[in-house]
Amino acid sequence: MALELPNVAHMAYLSRRSAVRALSEPAVMLPTTVFPLIFFGVLAGGVSAAGGIPGFPDASYKDFVFAAPFVQISLLAAVSTATLFASDIELGFLDRLLLTPASSVAILVGHLMGAAAVVIVQASIFLIVGLIVGVHIESGILGALLLAVLVVILTVGISGIGTFVALRTGSPETVQGIFPLTFALLFLSSLTLPRDLIEADWFRLIATVNPISYFIESIRSLIIVGWDAEALARGFLVAIGALAVGLVASVTALRGKVERT
Amino acid sequence: MSVTTQSQPLAIDVRSLTRVFKDGPRAVDAINLEVRPGEIYGFLGPNGAGKSTTILMLTTLLPPTSGTALVAGHDIVQEGRHVRAAIGAALQEAGLDPLLSGRDHLRLQAALHSLPGRERAQRVDQLLEQFGLSEAAGRKVIGYSGGMKRRLDLAMSLIHRPRVLFLDEPTTGLDPQSRSAIWTEVRRLAREEGVTVFLTTQYLEEADALSDRIGIIDHGKIVAEGTPEFLKADIGRPSVEALAVNPEDSSALAEVLAQFGEEVPARSKGSIAVRLSNGTVDLAEIVRAIDAGGLRITALNLHAPTLDDVFLAKTGYSLEGSGGSPEDGTDGS
Repeated sequence: MALELPNVAHMAYLSRRSAVRALSEPAVMLPTTVFPLIFFGVLAGGVSAAGGIPGFPDASYKDFVFAAPFVQISLLAAVSTATLFASDIELGFLDRLLLTPASSVAILVGHLMGAAAVVIVQASIFLIVGLIVGVHIESGILGALLLAVLVVILTVGISGIGTFVALRTGSPETVQGIFPLTFALLFLSSLTLPRDLIEADWFRLIATVNPISYFIESIRSLIIVGWDAEALARGFLVAIGALAVGLVASVTALRGKVERT
Repeated sequence: MSVTTQSQPLAIDVRSLTRVFKDGPRAVDAINLEVRPGEIYGFLGPNGAGKSTTILMLTTLLPPTSGTALVAGHDIVQEGRHVRAAIGAALQEAGLDPLLSGRDHLRLQAALHSLPGRERAQRVDQLLEQFGLSEAAGRKVIGYSGGMKRRLDLAMSLIHRPRVLFLDEPTTGLDPQSRSAIWTEVRRLAREEGVTVFLTTQYLEEADALSDRIGIIDHGKIVAEGTPEFLKADIGRPSVEALAVNPEDSSALAEVLAQFGEEVPARSKGSIAVRLSNGTVDLAEIVRAIDAGGLRITALNLHAPTLDDVFLAKTGYSLEGSGGSPEDGTDGS
């Protein structure tokens, strides 16, 4: 497969298609939007006593766990984006796109950008809900925008990794097998407690090597600290790292899968 | 007939095109094809003969192992993007997104073919109207019937007014009404708009009705090519087919029938068939010879040459009715 320069307009139309498809499908949008909110509600309401542990940051537990839904939507969007791509392969829609003058990279990137559009909508909803329930974002509007940027980068990156799996297997069912893995990544992180307050050694060790912890901490820093350069640098490193791995893996897999001249 | 003129460059010009799959057979083995502008070319073959592999190569989705092909004047290997801009294709699977509407599909195709904004909307409306999809345009494709999906697929392949159209079994699984609608549109495209149509089908009746010329591929090689009339005339004589009541009498029946012509593959399992050397004049004599031999038969059928006879004679398989080769019993495609 020759690697052609992607046409920006083609990418825009393809991302619009992915976004329209996802946003108009309640079976995809409702669970991936409502479930993280419920999860946030359960943590903020039911485990709020954790905020009283000595050494806990000077913030309400509600503010502390407000990072959770943003990471969840990113992981869920990756699964649904990769599943959609696998469906495109299975149903022959990818071949239909490959029969147009659009470059393979435009098709792939357009698809991933559709996931970005979806999480922007979801992140906006979460921010509004957060404001309604009294979450305070220490870094202000600029911080909220940066939070969205971080979530978008991570979403595109992890969606790229999921799309790699889709291209390798061509099976939506196999791609959905990633779902439990994303939850393991989420729960075995510093999602509910700061790493230094995790008592179990094994859990603390996993949370320390789990890159999602650093991503969560960067988002959390924007909410409860303000502008923490070190936390943000780590968060961007994780997001950009995922983006690089996701793009390289998916483009390489696409080149292996598609033999278009 | 078509709007073909001999002086125009060929719409499809294939030279020694070959595709060998890794650890697999030579799916397409050094085929040569010439299709003129405005011509409807029917491409027939049994299951696994190389039809779809040929279409995938000509539409740039699969590179050839060797050989060359020009489609709409562009090399399929060196100028893939130009080929894709000049062709339309409706492959075996309709390739639709079940959660997008018919209009969304057409809009996306129009955008990817870079149709200007104003023309895009007009063209989408025109095709929706032309293919009887205006009322369903806003509905998700998941609710479309098989015929509607096929019509949408065809409309999508025409959005950019292609010069060459590839149709891979466009009417498979459709009801007679939907099939007839697609036949009418394919004819109109070739006759009125001068579109070259490269068509594969498992329905010989379809190939016979639509095609200006037919190519038959078997085991990756072109085994026959010509107009339907030429191919049938090439087979020439009618055949007679008989089925013995007692299967043990089959060899005796074959001996009797062999007096009247050369044995050919039979359409029905267990039957004996011969192509008659002297045409139908021997028919009464055949009945007398069977009776004189003390043989009892359950059926005696006379077949005028059809495209199925051509197919049978050239490949040893019958497509008509069976939908597959007698050996593997699979669906023909």
